Amino acid sequence: MTDLLIPLLLIFVSVYALHKKQDVYAPLVTGAQDGLRLLFSIAPALIVLLTAVSMLRASGFFERMSQFLAPVCSFVGIPPELVPLMLIRPFSGSAALAVGAELMREHGVNSLVGRTAAVMLGSSETTFYTIGVYFGAAGVKKTRYTVPAAVVADLTGFFMAALSVRLFF
Amino acid sequence: MAMSIIWLMLLLLATLTGLLTGSTQAVGAAALSGAQSAVTLVFSMAGAICLWSALAKLMDASGLMQKLTRLLRPALRRLFPDAAGDERTMGFLCANLSANLLGLGNAATPMGINAVRRMQAVSGTAEATDDMCLLIVMNSASVQLIPSTVAALRASLGAASAFDILPAVWLASSVSVTSGILAARLLRRWWRR
Repeated sequence: MTDLLIPLLLIFVSVYALHKKQDVYAPLVTGAQDGLRLLFSIAPALIVLLTAVSMLRASGFFERMSQFLAPVCSFVGIPPELVPLMLIRPFSGSAALAVGAELMREHGVNSLVGRTAAVMLGSSETTFYTIGVYFGAAGVKKTRYTVPAAVVADLTGFFMAALSVRLFF
Repeated sequence: MAMSIIWLMLLLLATLTGLLTGSTQAVGAAALSGAQSAVTLVFSMAGAICLWSALAKLMDASGLMQKLTRLLRPALRRLFPDAAGDERTMGFLCANLSANLLGLGNAATPMGINAVRRMQAVSGTAEATDDMCLLIVMNSASVQLIPSTVAALRASLGAASAFDILPAVWLASSVSVTSGILAARLLRRWWRR
């Protein structure tokens, strides 16, 4: 079912635009250009961070960390290999992408660990960055309960990512 | 500044663990191969990311995004009772959420910031209002319908159907956003202003 999702989405949006008497091709090309710009903007950070993340993986840190936190993780049903990803996800989007890429490469994209990493990445955000940007821009000093509520959402998301991968695959 | 600390922590942890486990040679080699693999990764994700940006642009140009914005309005009115009276805040809120749903992070953030600024101007305090807390909690828990970057990453690493994680992503993110909203509602009682 998900195989047809993308072709159907492409057709639907194109037909809708034509129906609204809108140009289809020109926005697609400008959009692709935006994509290239986006790619160039994340590439430098990814190069710098993957250097450090690869070093960390080669050092055996991830295995140690996973072993250490394995009892807690298996208690809630999360594969312990995902601990590094969960630790870095709220702080840096590109570092999380780097860790996620390492996990998928090492364990396989369609493995339990690889899939859970993908679902975690896809269903969460860079929480502390978001909080900082929004409140910083508005000049709000007292954030009240924003941080605890956002952390509750993140932890639930991580738990649900592991659960839903087990459920669907 | 935060990124500098993260960077240094990663390096120190790698080197220290390398010394402890006797894998310093592998750590040194990984520094160069890691940078190289990042370049490979960026190039192999390029096609999928550009295609998604193209589709997102078309959704915006065709008026599909504005349609979604109108659909979201009634639900957002109930979630943000204080902002419901102010048309401009509601406009920013709806635009923020619909851009988030479509995965247009670059469009969502300025709209969300405008909404928070407007709420701040209306409330006039340096303290976060309940509406601000809720908006930021919803933005920090992802509500993306199509996680295009992750799908691009999966495809670049050889996944035959990169989007087969979608149902799992939808389930995980809807439960996480709901729990964030519930947590905000509960905590509101203890954090009286």
